[in-house]
Amino acid sequence: MEQLMENLLFCTFFLYLIASLAFVMGISKDKNHNNEQKKKRWGNIGIGLTIVGVVFQTLFIVTRMMIGGHFPTSNMFEFIAFLCYAIAIAFIVIYFIYQTVVLGAFVMPLAVILLAYASVFPKDIQPLIPALQSYWLPIHVSTAALGQGAFAVGFIAGLVYLIKSAGNQKEGKNAFWLEVTLVVVLMFLGFSLFHLAFGMVDYEAKFSHFVDGEANVQEYSLPPIVSPANSQVIQLDSFPGLDEPLFEAPVWMKGKEAASKLNSVIWSVIAGLILYGVLRLMLHKPLRMALYPLVKGLDMDLVDEISYRSIAIGFPIFTLGALIFAMIWAHEAWGRFWGWDPKEVWALITWLFYSAYLHLRLSRGWHGLKSSWLAVGGFIIIMINLIAINLVITGLHSYA
Amino acid sequence: MIENSKCECGHNNPVGTILCEHCGKPLDDSITHKDDLVQEMRYEGKARRSQTAQTSPFDLIWNFFSSVKVAIILIIITLAAAGIGTIFPQEVFVPSSDPASYYEKHYGIWGKLYHSFGFSDMYSSWWFVLLVSMIGISLVICSLDRVIPLYKALKNQQVVKNVEFIQRQRISHSERIPGEEKEQKIDQIARELSKRFYHIRRENGALLAEKGRISRWGPYINHIGLIIFLLGLLFRYIPGWYLNESIWVREGEVKNVPETPYYVKNERFIMEFYEQEKTPESLNDEDPVVKKYQTNAVLYKKDSRTGKLKAVKKYPIIVNDPLKYNDLLLYQSGFQTGLLDQITFKVTEKKSKTELGTFTVNLNKIRRDQVYQVGNLTVRPLEYYPDFALENNRPVTRSQEPNRPAFIFEVKEKGEETGEKSWVISGTNFENLMAENQYSIDLAKLHTVNASGLMVRVDRSLHIIFIGGMIFMVGLIMGFYWHHRRVWVRYSNGTLYVGGHTNKNWFSFCNELSGMEVFRGYDLRPTKK
Repeated sequence: MEQLMENLLFCTFFLYLIASLAFVMGISKDKNHNNEQKKKRWGNIGIGLTIVGVVFQTLFIVTRMMIGGHFPTSNMFEFIAFLCYAIAIAFIVIYFIYQTVVLGAFVMPLAVILLAYASVFPKDIQPLIPALQSYWLPIHVSTAALGQGAFAVGFIAGLVYLIKSAGNQKEGKNAFWLEVTLVVVLMFLGFSLFHLAFGMVDYEAKFSHFVDGEANVQEYSLPPIVSPANSQVIQLDSFPGLDEPLFEAPVWMKGKEAASKLNSVIWSVIAGLILYGVLRLMLHKPLRMALYPLVKGLDMDLVDEISYRSIAIGFPIFTLGALIFAMIWAHEAWGRFWGWDPKEVWALITWLFYSAYLHLRLSRGWHGLKSSWLAVGGFIIIMINLIAINLVITGLHSYA
Repeated sequence: MIENSKCECGHNNPVGTILCEHCGKPLDDSITHKDDLVQEMRYEGKARRSQTAQTSPFDLIWNFFSSVKVAIILIIITLAAAGIGTIFPQEVFVPSSDPASYYEKHYGIWGKLYHSFGFSDMYSSWWFVLLVSMIGISLVICSLDRVIPLYKALKNQQVVKNVEFIQRQRISHSERIPGEEKEQKIDQIARELSKRFYHIRRENGALLAEKGRISRWGPYINHIGLIIFLLGLLFRYIPGWYLNESIWVREGEVKNVPETPYYVKNERFIMEFYEQEKTPESLNDEDPVVKKYQTNAVLYKKDSRTGKLKAVKKYPIIVNDPLKYNDLLLYQSGFQTGLLDQITFKVTEKKSKTELGTFTVNLNKIRRDQVYQVGNLTVRPLEYYPDFALENNRPVTRSQEPNRPAFIFEVKEKGEETGEKSWVISGTNFENLMAENQYSIDLAKLHTVNASGLMVRVDRSLHIIFIGGMIFMVGLIMGFYWHHRRVWVRYSNGTLYVGGHTNKNWFSFCNELSGMEVFRGYDLRPTKK
């Protein structure tokens, strides 16, 4: 059964990957004249593969539920994998409204990168602590994730708009920040690759230290650039150029395995920059310029509308899942529907941000560039809430 | 601003009107050079209260809060403030009774600043509450300022529109067709649009097709929902509407639920763990994972006349499943195990070393006039120090928790007037002090119980808050999943004019219209021409 589950996950990953390739094939330049026909054919293949991928991931979720006895959205691995599922579903919906192949060539790679990133976290099925034992777990988390999936599609459409409008610019604010955004996306990919590589050689380092007077051991799966505050080395596999940690984590970082997570963040930045450097050397030009030809023929107003539409579709779903269902469950579990827990606050921030986006767009006429940047900003807030809040700040939601 | 608000069609418009209320002709000079009328169509070109110049203080406040720009700024400030509040934990989450020094000790200079600026308890600070209230006021005024003119405009829509109005829509097309074909053409448009669920109105050879008008009410309905939600939060301050307490109840104990006529008994506290082999190997070296915290509780109500307790509900309280009785909610929120509850003592006749028997003291029910019978002896507790200590050579108790219980017993033989005093202090041997005593009392057995921490809640505004949330959702769904689409058709001087407007998602609208047989060959793309 476990084997079946792993195979299903692998198939899902593989299907999303080749779906991405199919979409890229659809929009890549060709000498032939029947470009539209080719685009349509590859688009059909791409969306077909995406749908099959979603079916496989559904089976994966069902199998995992049968093994673990609970809906798999209870730790970081499960949630991020579910977020990919939500992104794929949101994309399918948008694809059937607008039939844009270009969007697939950017959304599906995001799903692939996030799925790879998910597998960095421990994949064990963990028993549910009492606070999570409720039918609200699947209801609240899955609706919130579906809303975020739609926001992610909005973010990608915004990104496509930015590539189209600033991708061929040599310099300027838009061009610079667009490049930065792309590098951040690469950091996720680079970190996943590093993690995979060090996992293959079974890299391990261990530190002992005290958290609030209790002895604790932190395990690292990547070479420790930063060690826990006031810690002793238990084990340290060799890594060239790193005989000992370079510095200690600040004392106030007290979340579960905070130092190890900070170490991961540092490695993500390094990995992203290395990956970017390699790509830059291979392509001989900035990433945005390399991507620009893919989106050249696109109608900008259409992409702008897709970005807005995805967010408009996601907003009610996100509100329902991340705020209303969340409040009902919080009331059931903790006796108050709102408690200013960091995760709650950041869900509220996300919601306020997107409502500001909607007001700016609908009432103040912020379209195009401004609107696209806001779509990017919204997704950054979602990522902060997912990664920083779960991993760095302690709170009621830090389960992973 | 325009001075003369009379349109060429003869309609008299209020000052501030941009598009004639009757025929839709653009009236304001400022828009004659614009490509299309998308901006102006938002509120159907109606004059809004906030935009007609008035100077009374009420109008100034109204104008301030009616601005969406102000609303957005308020949202952004709230958002930023909420974010700052998560940098360090809030005071309520801090395990210290002296937050000022806690922040400085744990987070250094930044922590000290954070606390002194009031960010450590910001969500209940006056300025944060003020921000949220201002958003509430903005919601009411923004909505009223727009919904009334919009409602009037959409209710009184005319079918026959000015040609310029149709031509300057973002989606528009015109073609010359012979007069005898026009009737047939417009019939066909009407047929095909009504197949797509448009509501058709025709007048003097002109046509207005409309669908999804409810989409326009979405924003106002969701704002009403939000206002109700915020009011629900305010209602918490009505006395008796909100209660937030917590109590510890030992197993077997019946305790009053604070500020209510209810009593709760903890029959048993249960903690279950997952079986070790079920948890993955990687976790085996860690502590076992808790599967369940449960308190078997019985709720009693005190009869106000007789004073007797009557059981009203028996319920196993677990996390995620509180006991509910009317407005009262009891949540499982904590536990303590191994609490000292009763102590059994044995009494020994010192000379012969014969055990005379035992007696058991219930620490929670200990009273001075209580008498324990041990054989033909009577034992009476004279003093009880739950948490014994000596201060200036006098016995005191440091707390009411039985951390180090100590007793002074009086032991009397039957028929005797005065008995002997006997000290028992847990963990200490006082034998020499009471050398002349005939009997000695020693600890024989400790009885422990568990206690459940129960959270007590009453929140009467919950229903209002919930209804507000539901109305908000309905508004969002109406606003985002429906689109208000309109098509105007008019024939004038040998030309057929077709114009389309939607409040959002132009490409979907264009796809819908372009897919119609009757519009084949029309350029209906919503591009800026």
